[in-house]
Amino acid sequence: MSLDKSTLERVAYLARIKIEDSEIENITAELNNIMKWIEELNEVDVENTKPMTGVSNESLRERKDEVNDGGYSDKIVSNAPEKIDNSFTVPKVIE
Amino acid sequence: MREAIKLKGETGTWEMVIGLEIHAQVNCKSKLFSGSATDFGASPNSQVSFVDAAMPGMLPVINNEAVNQAIKTGHALNAKINNTSIFDRKNYFYPDLPQGYQISQFKSPIVGEGWINIDLGKGDIKKIGIERLHLEQDAGKLMHDQHPRLSFVDLNRSGIPLMEIVSKPDMRDWEEAGAYLRKLRSIVRYIGSCDGNMDQGSLRCDANISVRRPGEEFGTRCELKNINSVKFMMKAVEYEAYRQIEIIENGGVVKQETRLYDPSKNETRSMRSKEEAHDYRYFPDPDLLPLNISNERIEKYKNELPELPDQKRERFQQDYGLSFYDADVLTADKSYADFFEIVSEERDAKFVANWIITNFFAMLNEVEKSIEESPVNAMQLGELFDLIQDGTISGRTAKDVFEEMFTKGGSAKDIVESKGLKQISNTDELESMAKKIIEDNSEQVSKYKNGNEKLFGWFVGQMMKNTGGTANPKVVNEILKTLLNE
Amino acid sequence: MTEITNLGVTETLEGLNKKEFSSEEVTKEYLEIIKNEKDLNAYIHYNAEKSLSLAKLSDERRAKNKALPLEGLPIAVKDIFCVEGERTSACSKILENFIPSYESTVTSKLWQAGGVYIGKTSMDEFAMGSSNETSYFGSVINPWSKSEEKLVPGGSSGGSASAVAARLAPIALGTDTGGSIRQPASFCGTVGIKPTYGRCSRWGIIAFASSLDQAGPLTRSVADSALILQNMAGFDNLDSTSVNIKVPNFLDSCSKSIKGMKIGIPKEYKINELSPEVEKIWDEGIKWIQDAGAEIIDVKLPHTKYALPTYYIVAPAEASANLARYDGVKYGFRKEDTQGLEEMYSQTRAEGFGKEVKRRILIGTYVLSAGYYDAYYLRAQKVRTKIVEDFNSAFSNCDAILTPTAPSGAFKIGEKNIDPITMYMNDIFTVPASLAGLPAMSIPAGLDSNRCPLGLQLIGKGFDEETLFSIGTIIEKSANFKSI
Ligand SMILES: [Mg+2]
Ligand SMILES: [Zn+2]
Repeated sequence: MSLDKSTLERVAYLARIKIEDSEIENITAELNNIMKWIEELNEVDVENTKPMTGVSNESLRERKDEVNDGGYSDKIVSNAPEKIDNSFTVPKVIE
Repeated sequence: MREAIKLKGETGTWEMVIGLEIHAQVNCKSKLFSGSATDFGASPNSQVSFVDAAMPGMLPVINNEAVNQAIKTGHALNAKINNTSIFDRKNYFYPDLPQGYQISQFKSPIVGEGWINIDLGKGDIKKIGIERLHLEQDAGKLMHDQHPRLSFVDLNRSGIPLMEIVSKPDMRDWEEAGAYLRKLRSIVRYIGSCDGNMDQGSLRCDANISVRRPGEEFGTRCELKNINSVKFMMKAVEYEAYRQIEIIENGGVVKQETRLYDPSKNETRSMRSKEEAHDYRYFPDPDLLPLNISNERIEKYKNELPELPDQKRERFQQDYGLSFYDADVLTADKSYADFFEIVSEERDAKFVANWIITNFFAMLNEVEKSIEESPVNAMQLGELFDLIQDGTISGRTAKDVFEEMFTKGGSAKDIVESKGLKQISNTDELESMAKKIIEDNSEQVSKYKNGNEKLFGWFVGQMMKNTGGTANPKVVNEILKTLLNE
Repeated sequence: MTEITNLGVTETLEGLNKKEFSSEEVTKEYLEIIKNEKDLNAYIHYNAEKSLSLAKLSDERRAKNKALPLEGLPIAVKDIFCVEGERTSACSKILENFIPSYESTVTSKLWQAGGVYIGKTSMDEFAMGSSNETSYFGSVINPWSKSEEKLVPGGSSGGSASAVAARLAPIALGTDTGGSIRQPASFCGTVGIKPTYGRCSRWGIIAFASSLDQAGPLTRSVADSALILQNMAGFDNLDSTSVNIKVPNFLDSCSKSIKGMKIGIPKEYKINELSPEVEKIWDEGIKWIQDAGAEIIDVKLPHTKYALPTYYIVAPAEASANLARYDGVKYGFRKEDTQGLEEMYSQTRAEGFGKEVKRRILIGTYVLSAGYYDAYYLRAQKVRTKIVEDFNSAFSNCDAILTPTAPSGAFKIGEKNIDPITMYMNDIFTVPASLAGLPAMSIPAGLDSNRCPLGLQLIGKGFDEETLFSIGTIIEKSANFKSI
C-alpha cells in the first residue's frame, strides 16, 4: 500500500493540518518510507490473535452519579485565545 | 391490518422505508464522564468541568447511573444487554466538540437487538425492530446570532450522557414513524431513563428515509438531522419522500447525504458543508477499559422493571373493562395512567376514563398544559365525579363546574354551593313546576298529543330554563312523561 | 561541607533532617546552579519566588516537627505535568502560554509529601522524540558533552535527565511512552524507572499515547528512585486505567538479596545495530547478577523485532486523537486573521505543531482512516497481543529480564534527526516493555568509547517493581558508576 499525494491531502484535511504545496512531495516520500518499514508487520501470523485494546484485564470502574465538579466558567475560559464574557468564540460557522 | 400510506407519483405508486435514530438524554445528575451538572438552561460554561472542556491531561470516568439506565432501557426495548461493551472515539473537528472526538460506542454497544410494538389505532399493532442502543457524550452548543462575525461556544451540554437508540428500517410511512417516536418516548418516560422532553432537546430524532417501488430493494437513503418534535419529524419525512420520488421520476438519482429540516419553510436542505469528506476513524478509547456487566446486574434491572405501556394497557382493558382505545390513550403516558388510576379508585372506571379523555384532556389541550401542570389534580377531579354520581349535580353542570375549577380554582363542592348549582331532584317541586308549564302552554300540549313527539324536548328545555339547568334530567323526564301522557 | 547540589535524594533528606541546611538553602543552591547552567537548556521555566516560598513553608513544617516524607526536597517537573498556576506547554508552541488551573495527581502527591517545586524541564514536543531536539524551546544538551561536540540527552524526558545528571535537581519527573524515561536516563547516566502501566495516575499529564504513557522518576541512585516512586504511585479514582493495588515499600526491596532469582536474557535483543561496547556492558551486567547469586537463563521474545513498527502505529494513532483538542478554540495558540473556521483550524495546527508531531499525527490519522484501519491499526493491536504473550511465557520461567537500554550511547545533536526511522531505532529495546505495560528500569552501567554513559535495562513482571529495585541495586553497586 503506498501513500500517494491525494491520500496525503485527504489525511492532512482529516487532521486539520495545512500542508503547503511545496511540502507535499517531501512529506509523501517521508511517510511512505515509514509506512514501508511498518509493513514488516505483515510477516506476523495474527490469524487467531485478538487485538489488544488496553494493558489491563480489569473492567471499567464506574463513578457514582454525583455533581461534584464544574461551576467555574472563569477558569474554563481563562486560557481562551478569544472569548466574549464566558463563551469561547470562533469564526462564524454556517450550518 | 392497516395499510401503510403509498405515495402516488407521475409514474406509479411508491413506498417509503424509514428508520429512526433517537438521541435520548439519560436521566442523570452528572455527566457521562465527569461530575459536572446536567441541568437545563444554565449560564454559558458554568456546568463544565476541566474534563468536559478537554483540558490537557484530563481523563474520563464513567457514570454508574448512566450505565444502569441504559441497561433498564435495553430491557424495556426487549433487547439483549451485552456483557462486554467498548467505548470508542469518533474523530472529527467542530467547535462544539472540545476533545476533537466524541466518546461513543461503535462495534460493541451496551445494548444489542430488540423490538417494540407500535399502535396504529383500532388495536392495530406493528412490531418495529431495534438495531442497538449505545451510550455516548453530547456535544456543546454553538450560537450564531450573538455577533456578526463570530459564533459563540457554550460547553454546558458537552459530555451530557445520551443513549442513541437506532431502529431497524421497519417503518413504512410517517404515521408509523410518528407512532414509533411517541411509543419510544413513552417507554423511556415510564422507566424514567429520559424525561422525553423534545423542546429542551432531551430527546432528538434523526430520520433515515428512502423510497422504492413496492416490493423492490431499498433505495438510497437520506438522513434528516436533529428534528425536535414528532409533528416536524412526520412532516419532514413526508416532504423528503416526495422530494426523492420527484428526483427519481425525473430520471435523477438520490444522493446519499445528510439533510436539515426547516420547519418554518417545511422543506429539507442539504448540509453539504458538514458532510464533506467525513471519516470518523473510530477506535477503542484507550482512556477507558471494556465495560463488563455481570448477568446478576442485568437480571437485577430486568426484575426491577416497572409495568410498561403495553402491559398497562392490557391491564386497563382487563381490570377496568376499558375499550382498547381508552386504555391506549390513558397508558400512552405514565402520568395519564397514574392520574386515571387515582381518580378511578372506588369510582366507575369506565365513566372516569371517558370523562378524562373527552373533557379533561380537551381542556389541557386547549390551554397547552401538561397533566403535571393541570390546575385540577386527581383528588379534586374525583370530588367532582362524586357529586355527579350521588346526583348532586348533573353531567351538564359538571362540565361548567370543571371549567370554573380549572380556570379560577376552588373545589367542586364550594363552586356548586356558592353558585347554587345543586340539582333539583325534589319531585314535588318539579311536578308543580311541570304542571304550571303544561297549563300555560296548552297549544304545545295539544300539538304534542296530536303526534308531534319532538315537542317533548321543548318541555324539558322549559323545565331546565326555569331551574337554571339544575333540574335532575331523569326526574324531569319521568314527570313530564307521566303528566303529558295523562 | 559537601556541596548541597551534589547530594542525592536520600542524602538531601538526611541533611535536612539533621538540620545541616534548610530547604530554603537547598532550594537557593539549586536555583543558583540552574541559572549558571542555563546553556544546558534543561529547564524551560522556573519560578524562584514560588519555589522559595514553598521551601520556607516546608522549613516551617519541619520546625513544628511536622515533616513529611519528602519534606523540603526540590523536585523538577517535566513540562508535561500540569502544575497549577505554572505554564505547562509540553514544549509545544500550540500550548506556549497555557496555564492550568489544576494540578496533576502525581505532582500533587509529591507536594503533599513535602516536595518543593523547582521548575519545568524541557522535553521533546508532546514527548515525541528520542533526543530532545523537537522541543519548541530548543535542544537540551547532555552534560556529558565535550566542549567541542554537543550531545543529545536522549528524549523525550531529556531536560529531566540532563537536570539530574548536571545536578540542577536531585530528582526530576519524567514520563515514558516508548522509552522516554529509560533512554535519556541511559544517555545521561541516571537511574530512570517506568513503573507498570496503571501504577501512577495519568490524570493531569498531557497525553501522548494513552495506553502507553506512564510517569516515573529520574534520579542519581536506585534507592532515590524507589523513594520517589513510593510517593508518586497509588490508585487514583480520576484515571480509569489506574489500578487499585497496594504500593509496596520499594525502599525495602533495594536491600533484598537476589540469590536464587532467575534472570532472563533474550537473544532477540542481540541485533545488528547493537554496538560492541553496549554488548560488552550487557555481558558484564550478566556477570554481576550471577555473582550476586542469581541464575541466568535464556528466554525467547520472538516478536521483539515487530515491537517498534507496532509502536509506530499504536502510539501515533492514539496521539492523532489525543492532540485533536489543540484546535485554537479553548486554549493555546490560535493563528490570527484566517479566513473562516476551517482555515483557522488547519493553519493553527500547521503552525502550532512542530515537524515530528505533525508527522506522527498524519501517520496516526492515516492508519485509522477508512480502508487502512484493518491493515495497520487492527493488525498492530494483534501483534501487540503477541508481544504481551511473549512476555507472559518468558516470565513463566524468570523473575526479570536484563537487556541494554539503548543500542548506543548519546549521539551528536543533529546527527540523527534527518531520518525519522534512524531516530526511532533508539527505542528498539525500550518499546516492547511499554507495549506490554511492564515495569522497566534503566541503571547506569558503564561508559562507551566516547566516555558517555550506557545503561542496562531491567524488565519486570506487571506490578513487580520490587524485583527491579533489588536487582537494580546490585547492578548499581557492581558498576560503581561515577557520575559527572
Ligand atoms: Mg448516529
Ligand atoms: Zn449519536
